[in-house]
Amino acid sequence: MIIPKIKVLRSHGRQAIPDLDAVELTREFRGRPELTDTDDASGRAAAERAAAICPTGAFSAAPLALDLGRCLFCGECARIAPRSVRFTNDYRMGSPTREGLVIRPGDTRVEFDMAKVRPELARTFSRALQLREVSAGGDASVEMELNATGNVNFDFGRFGVGFTASPRHADGVVVSGPVTANMSEALEICYEAVATPKVLVACGTEACSGGLFAESRAVDRTFFERHTPDLWLPGAPTHPMVFIDGIRTLLGRKKRV
Amino acid sequence: MMKYLTTDNTSGAVRLKDIPEAAYAAFYDDLAAKLADPRYHVAHYFALPDEGRMRFYCLLLDDQTGQLLVTSHSTEYYDDTALPSLTALHAQMHPFERDITERYGIRFDGQPWPKPLRFPAERYDRRSSMDNYPFYTMQGHSLHEVNVGPIHAGIIEPGAFRFICNGEQVLHLEIALGYQHRGVERAFETTANRLRQACLAEAVAGDSAVAHAAAFAETVERLTGFERPAQLDRERAVALELERMAMQIADTGALSTDVGYQLGQVACEALRTMTINTTQAWCGNRFGKGLVRPQGTDHPLTAEKAAMIRRNVGEIARRYGEVWRDIASSPTLLARFEQCGTVPREEMLRIGGVGQAARASGVGRDLRATHPSGSYAKCLHHEPVVEEQGDVMARLAVRCREVLQSARYVDRLVAIYEEKYAAAENPCPRPDYTSPLQASTLSFGLVEGWRGEICHVALTDAAGRIAAYRIKDPSLHNWMALALAVRGEGISDFPICNKSFNLSYCGHDL
Repeated sequence: MIIPKIKVLRSHGRQAIPDLDAVELTREFRGRPELTDTDDASGRAAAERAAAICPTGAFSAAPLALDLGRCLFCGECARIAPRSVRFTNDYRMGSPTREGLVIRPGDTRVEFDMAKVRPELARTFSRALQLREVSAGGDASVEMELNATGNVNFDFGRFGVGFTASPRHADGVVVSGPVTANMSEALEICYEAVATPKVLVACGTEACSGGLFAESRAVDRTFFERHTPDLWLPGAPTHPMVFIDGIRTLLGRKKRV
Repeated sequence: MMKYLTTDNTSGAVRLKDIPEAAYAAFYDDLAAKLADPRYHVAHYFALPDEGRMRFYCLLLDDQTGQLLVTSHSTEYYDDTALPSLTALHAQMHPFERDITERYGIRFDGQPWPKPLRFPAERYDRRSSMDNYPFYTMQGHSLHEVNVGPIHAGIIEPGAFRFICNGEQVLHLEIALGYQHRGVERAFETTANRLRQACLAEAVAGDSAVAHAAAFAETVERLTGFERPAQLDRERAVALELERMAMQIADTGALSTDVGYQLGQVACEALRTMTINTTQAWCGNRFGKGLVRPQGTDHPLTAEKAAMIRRNVGEIARRYGEVWRDIASSPTLLARFEQCGTVPREEMLRIGGVGQAARASGVGRDLRATHPSGSYAKCLHHEPVVEEQGDVMARLAVRCREVLQSARYVDRLVAIYEEKYAAAENPCPRPDYTSPLQASTLSFGLVEGWRGEICHVALTDAAGRIAAYRIKDPSLHNWMALALAVRGEGISDFPICNKSFNLSYCGHDL
């Protein structure tokens, strides 16, 4: 019947975000943190307490640093040591190197050093990139956010970026999760099945460092010793805009300023 | 007469020395009789090494009286006499007995499905591995097998599915899991950092982050003797119901996708975005990570946020209601959803199904009604949404009706906040990660997540440290329901059967 459909359509309206590069997230969103050195004893003591409670050891007080590759964005350090840490709502957090995810006092952006990006990536994939996602112990939140990149709101497909069912049809692999021992072989087989040149993306804090499971006996991260990601995306989970911004910057379609 | 320690979901933790210890024969006889009555089901049953012995703890729920019955039995640690299997009588015991066997090598005599459960890192039989899972096989000229996984076509978690088919028709589906095993329970036991434990709870199943965090928080609050203020209860219930709305809407969209109903798909995508963005505007995370913490909250409601939540939830309910009416008036959709993937009530009871899937098969299990705590006990007086048919349509109908019900709950709970505190300061305390835990105690958290019953159990040692942590996600019961649902169906109906359950891999594998 047609009337109920017209009602749904009318309420639905137009959903696509017009300009993905101009998106600004809610103030509450915990994105790229900013660190400030404090030179008094109470500030340093607060930073020490924040470092002690950090669930993944991402935050260190001396020297002051926050490793986004290990950070769960729980925000506790900013509550304990507000003069040392402040989370902004900036989602531009992807980095072509693992070291690039470490934030130090005074940093006002996550550097995206294009010199560290293999030139063939932009040359081959800047107009279309099809990816195969492998969840290797991911908790389904990163996976749902990656699905969301293709939904009616974000519609990343408008730039030719999407996900494909078979690694044989893919230009690269996106890994989520800490890489469980029980998934390590399947992940390796899938990665090998993708033709070169190919892109490798570590998506989410668990993929970047193992996150909460970095020390677990059930996790086997040797995959990342054999293969180096082209893009590291922090987040628990990674917000769709972190992924979209990261991929567009990697492919040279957007500049990090 | 078998002895139980009787408690309920509004009472405190229980001392280990107060938990009765029965002989296995008495335990077996009593459970054999009780589980024949649908009013009882097992919330958790697990074994732990305890000073040279193995002690088995059982938490039994009585849906009629709202009681939680706790008991235990034990064996010598090296005693390798097989125990008579309860699974042989009551199939619902299978995941618990398989877990005990897999971890500690304890055998259950007559166990009809003696298979690995999740291949944990600390398993008893090191020869058992993902590569040699003993799949059930059938022989016959007209039969063939279809293997799917562990990596699936979409962006979802891994698991291996093996179908045995006669032509298009599925005779049997076996689901082998364990690929997602990360060692969550062990991670709880190897840290004293309670914030880290709260983050671990949120990572048990990321789509149920709020529900698992709430189960952890309640477990800890019982151990510290913390009395939750009513406003904290209400905010937790709002978070739980927002999570329920988001996921039931997401799955309505997923079912729409799989039958080519694009209008429903895109409408639900947009409505889910709106729901999780509401959660994000409240607490900074679209999945509600960081929202629920023990003994307090970092994101107390403000007048501005309360108004935002009520406005958005009202709009979502209105638009989602339109989608639901469109589904109900589209014969082409009904033809796909109705009489597909049916799990009759008797089968659902036999395998111990819980939550949304059980309610779609006429089994009214819902902790919010049968074992309420917090706001569910005090002001919501929840009536479970129950459908009788047990097919894909029934599971979809439960989702649709629950979204509208949850929207009403959120509205009511936030309205209470506005009446009481809109002009005053929110009385919710900040979280506490340092209060000492009662020593030598068993504590539990029972929360109805959007999938169903979540049960966390913590045991503390003499020094008040969490020595053992056990987690049960509703998926542990309900994966078997999916396997039964596809029997006799065309294999091409598997996707909609699967989406109609949408079970958790990581919640099962831990």
